[in-house]
Amino acid sequence: MNRTYELMFIVRPDMSEEDQDKLISTLESAVTSSAGQVKNIERMGRRRLAYKVRKFQDGIYILLTVEGSGGLIHELERRLRVTEPVIKFLTVRIDEEQKRLDKIKAIRDARRKTSTAAAAAQAETAGEAPAATA
Amino acid sequence: MADETRPTAAAEGGSSAPERSERRPPRGGPGGPGGRGEGGRKYFRRKKVCKFCVEKIEAINYKDTRLLTQFVAESGKIVPRRLTGVCTPHQRRLSSAIKQARNIALLPFAGRAS
Repeated sequence: MNRTYELMFIVRPDMSEEDQDKLISTLESAVTSSAGQVKNIERMGRRRLAYKVRKFQDGIYILLTVEGSGGLIHELERRLRVTEPVIKFLTVRIDEEQKRLDKIKAIRDARRKTSTAAAAAQAETAGEAPAATA
Repeated sequence: MADETRPTAAAEGGSSAPERSERRPPRGGPGGPGGRGEGGRKYFRRKKVCKFCVEKIEAINYKDTRLLTQFVAESGKIVPRRLTGVCTPHQRRLSSAIKQARNIALLPFAGRAS
């Protein structure tokens, strides 16, 4: 129940701000009702699409980071498919990738700590030696 | 005298045969860097390094189009790794990121159709 997903969807460019807010709040309520959690909502604004989607050349991108189960995503996608202003969506699962990145970061930090500790120890001994000789 | 010349001639004949075979050294040149730079070129192509390994970029996100467009041709095709010098695991992640970006209309499937 701790899968993290990134759901990016494109809304038609002639959609008003309040309609967007309404849509987002509907999705949020769907998430919380299925014991999920909305981690982040990012509005990426209007962008030019790389190709025509349903005869639109521009679109408003919205990114939603959600934590929940696969069934929850199924439900969200179903809603998005039905919503008329949404012209495209893409869901990516990111918890595995995040785990891998954290592991790499942990290894790097551990390596850095041992190297700085070794450097500090060396500096200490180097400082002591000339002090002793002097 | 004839006996003297014959052995020398024989020695010469004997020595020239191994010389000839030695003169062709085993072709190590094209075989060596063949893994990296190919495409018809024989000897050392300037050793391309994987951009991601050098800059220690771990996460290749489908959202940063600026990074992805560096590995996409004018026509929108993904550039093969023998031209960009990317290592295999990064090329795999890069190509799935490009495909995700194409799906969400951040990158085109086909640009100026060449």
